[in-house]
Amino acid sequence: MYDLIIIGAGPAGLTAGLYAARGRINALLLERFSPGGQVLTTDWVENYPGFPEGISGFELMEKMKTQAEHFGLPIRMEEVIGLELHPEKKVVITHKEHLEAKALILTLGATPKKLGIEGEEPLIGKGVSYCATCDGPFYREQEVAVIGGGDTALEEALFLTRFAGGIHLIHRRDRLRAVKLLQDRAMAEEKIEFIWDTVPIRILGESGVEGIEFKNVKTGEISRKEVQGVFVFIGTQPNSNVINGMVKQDEKGFVMTDEKMETSIPGVFAAGDIRSKALRQVSTAVGDGANAAFFAERFIENME
Amino acid sequence: MSDLLEVTDENFDAEIVNSDVPAIVDFWAVWCGPCRMVSPIVEELADEYKGKIKVAQMDVDKNHATPGKFGIRNIPTLIFFKGGEVRHTIVGAQPKNHIEEELKKLLAD
Repeated sequence: MYDLIIIGAGPAGLTAGLYAARGRINALLLERFSPGGQVLTTDWVENYPGFPEGISGFELMEKMKTQAEHFGLPIRMEEVIGLELHPEKKVVITHKEHLEAKALILTLGATPKKLGIEGEEPLIGKGVSYCATCDGPFYREQEVAVIGGGDTALEEALFLTRFAGGIHLIHRRDRLRAVKLLQDRAMAEEKIEFIWDTVPIRILGESGVEGIEFKNVKTGEISRKEVQGVFVFIGTQPNSNVINGMVKQDEKGFVMTDEKMETSIPGVFAAGDIRSKALRQVSTAVGDGANAAFFAERFIENME
Repeated sequence: MSDLLEVTDENFDAEIVNSDVPAIVDFWAVWCGPCRMVSPIVEELADEYKGKIKVAQMDVDKNHATPGKFGIRNIPTLIFFKGGEVRHTIVGAQPKNHIEEELKKLLAD
């Protein structure tokens, strides 16, 4: 039996793993892809301290992975498909095997939310995208819409200015939620046009995106814009499939914890974007991960 | 050394379209984070299905004709081929077992 199994190798999971490995706990980190998590889609991380010039999301995650492995943390590429939570042991079921641990840390992360409007689903892969750093270069000199008004929406809109001819940023309110520095950069960018108080209602096109239909929430007026791409950044949803219904969750499905990162089930901890909290950043995920490992270690000691 | 095949616009027809065995092609680029998350899965599949399925990658930065022909606008995209025809497409990063299920269907049908 393992002392600790950590599920998900983003910043929170790799930090928990680093602390567990240094604590000489018999720990295992499981990840369905190669390590990294959502930050891999971030072109340039400027708000993680220690890198004054910023660092690419990919390089930052390589460093975190290398650091955890340096202290002996085993990382295995296996997808978890089920969990059994008993007081004396937690069973982790993957496609290959059943694993047992005294404690668990859930660092399952989150995934970009979809709009849920007509035309979105059938046009994924044909102009609808949730990752500008992946797909931006396919839109050289083309017109694109960006949906959202938070940090991610603005970062990605700014990234798209390298490729797209024009960027139409559609936001449901009359002001942005994003951090002020990003707002200033976006406002100064000639390629970005802001369409305020507006929600998208339909994505148009058959074999590829040809346009977007949207509605002004104040006047009710419906208009269309010809675009070849629609990039959606309206927040995230938790990757909570394996844990749904087993621990206390908020109304959106994010896992609720106390200050020790412990969920409603003793010995099951949660850290990073999967947690119910206000600010989801690499810096907050790392703090969560350290706390979760620390208190998981205490839990394991008290069991013995 | 991995059994993963690197295909280009030049050898795509010879290696994939005219392949004797079913083939999958992972369209990717070095600047795409999720592509790098999927790459190790594709490499594993190349080893595990050696001789049964041809597993290949195409860099969309260096090759434009083939991605254009298949209308690729999101990466990673995995396209499954059998007898020169497209049988299935997966857009975005998916876990290994999901890709493997589709591989098994491709072999069975």
